Amino acid sequence: MITQGTFSYLPALTDSEIEAQVRYALGQGWAISIELTDDPHPRNVFWELWGLPMFDVTDAAAVLDEVRACRAAFPHQFVKVSAFDSRKGRETTALSFTVQQPEDPGFRLDRQHGGGRTNRYSLHPYAADRPHGARYGTA
Amino acid sequence: MTTGTTANGGLGRDEAERPDRWAAGVLPYKQMGYWRPDYEAQETDVIAVFRITPQPGVDPEEAGAAVAGESSTATWTVVWTDRLTDHSRYQAKCFRVDPVPGNPEQYLAYIAYDLDLFEEGSIANLTSSIIGNVFGFKALKALRLEDLRIPVAYVKTFDGPPHGIVAEREMLNKYGRPLIGCTVKPKLGLSARNYGRVVYEGLRGGLDFTKDDENINSQPFMRWRERFLYCMEAVARAEERTGEIKGHYMNVTAASMEEMYERADFAKELGSIVVMIDLTVGFTAMTSMSRWARRNGVLLHLHRAGHSTYTRQKSHGVSFRVLAKWCRLLGVDHLHAGTVVGKLEGDPASVGGYYDILRDDHIGVDPTRGIYFDQDWASMPGVMPVASGGIHAGQTHQLLHYLGEDCVLQFGGGTIGHPMGIASGAEANRVAVEAVIKARNEGRDVLAEGEEILRKAADHSPALLAALDTWGSVTFDYQSTDVPDVVATVS
Repeated sequence: MITQGTFSYLPALTDSEIEAQVRYALGQGWAISIELTDDPHPRNVFWELWGLPMFDVTDAAAVLDEVRACRAAFPHQFVKVSAFDSRKGRETTALSFTVQQPEDPGFRLDRQHGGGRTNRYSLHPYAADRPHGARYGTA
Repeated sequence: MTTGTTANGGLGRDEAERPDRWAAGVLPYKQMGYWRPDYEAQETDVIAVFRITPQPGVDPEEAGAAVAGESSTATWTVVWTDRLTDHSRYQAKCFRVDPVPGNPEQYLAYIAYDLDLFEEGSIANLTSSIIGNVFGFKALKALRLEDLRIPVAYVKTFDGPPHGIVAEREMLNKYGRPLIGCTVKPKLGLSARNYGRVVYEGLRGGLDFTKDDENINSQPFMRWRERFLYCMEAVARAEERTGEIKGHYMNVTAASMEEMYERADFAKELGSIVVMIDLTVGFTAMTSMSRWARRNGVLLHLHRAGHSTYTRQKSHGVSFRVLAKWCRLLGVDHLHAGTVVGKLEGDPASVGGYYDILRDDHIGVDPTRGIYFDQDWASMPGVMPVASGGIHAGQTHQLLHYLGEDCVLQFGGGTIGHPMGIASGAEANRVAVEAVIKARNEGRDVLAEGEEILRKAADHSPALLAALDTWGSVTFDYQSTDVPDVVATVS
């Protein structure tokens, strides 16, 4: 089970729970962004953007509409909601939680033996054996 | 400010006025220019505030002047060689002495130091002056460095944290909640393979980090190289199970820099994202490891082993808030800074002040939090504070209330002692943290409603339920020894 995101150990958030988190983020002055991927590798930093971050959107319901639209367009991908804090000294993500997670076959851990009993480890997502767009079923 | 007149009160504004200033022999420090009530501290001065307890009969202003003298240019007698220098600039100047309310023995002495007294980027040099000989001075019964204003001009000569809070979160890809960790227990005696088992169970259960304890270095029962090999296997396996980035603080503390570098290089070669050092290695070794961590892109965790020997007693030593500033300057990514609710010393106001000092870019004077000076960090990245020592999932709402979300919560016994096993202990902590953050963001009053929020979260997590049933009522209520002089009153 992939447990990325701020609330990955809680039951999947309902739409009204998503909206509540978005309302909190907007109240902090953060901009919301929706991102998606079918490469769940933990070091995959750059998910695809669902449009630009919504810098001027202040209505949580409007954000939720975008979440729904993204999920409808990509029902077989990971989708997350991120909030960006642009204040000096932060200028980074402040909150980032998953809003859609496909059934995932997980990772293969490869060990390349080195000298002195060392191993060089690498993680391989089984899903990545298939091309982008065809990893978790087709849209 | 005290205005008590003494035989020599009011003198010393300019020692050149005194015809006998340079006569051989002993002269009170006040008369040598170290007491300067008219002095206006410069923007580039380092300013210290010391809590002084003079010996009976010693004038507090003379005691303050003596501290200024002994921590800068003075010796016990007049020396003519001062006259070969621009001595009044190199002299530290005690410019204010306040009585401590409710404690007739103690005074707060404010002392300004010209920036030229200190080598750029050297905590060793700064501390050799400011907490050097002066702490053994006979004329004082006790002496404590309460706070230190570091001018921006001096801040900018230090590298600061190798990564800092923002870069660490981006490296881990974890946002919006405290990070959670666990120190492997028992501290001593486990074989490397069994030790790695604890690391694996904790990380796969839901922790972000596990940690070597401060006194785990390379003992006969477990040599460092064996530990590193098994711990990295555990980290890699946990990453495979969770799809998250995980770390184990590899303690590279050793007897010499050469050995520390060897251990740190090995940890990096194995792929560890973090190494750890103990405060006991000293300021210079910490600075060297900070440079190593910056060069190699590896997080640097600092365990404050030994600090209580000089930070805990209010009358003598160095406040932890000053030590925290030194550690931010010389540059660590993590520093243990107290829990408020756990088993170790720390009242809420003082600990809150330490957290501010480590994380914020600008800290304003706040006597109720023990903050004596404005401190501007001039955009130096923040240090992630670590809360460790006797904390458990049932306190999560209090921990968030007191410490905020930019910290690492280290549940050691509170993970490993879980009745269903280590992974369940880890899961309980992770569920508790996420549930409390979610509730806070939804607008709930988590301090007041914390127990209810946790109980509700436990409906979905038997692991959390067992943790609450095991430790829910455990508290450590003892009076703190180190509290601010000024207490905030509810109005």
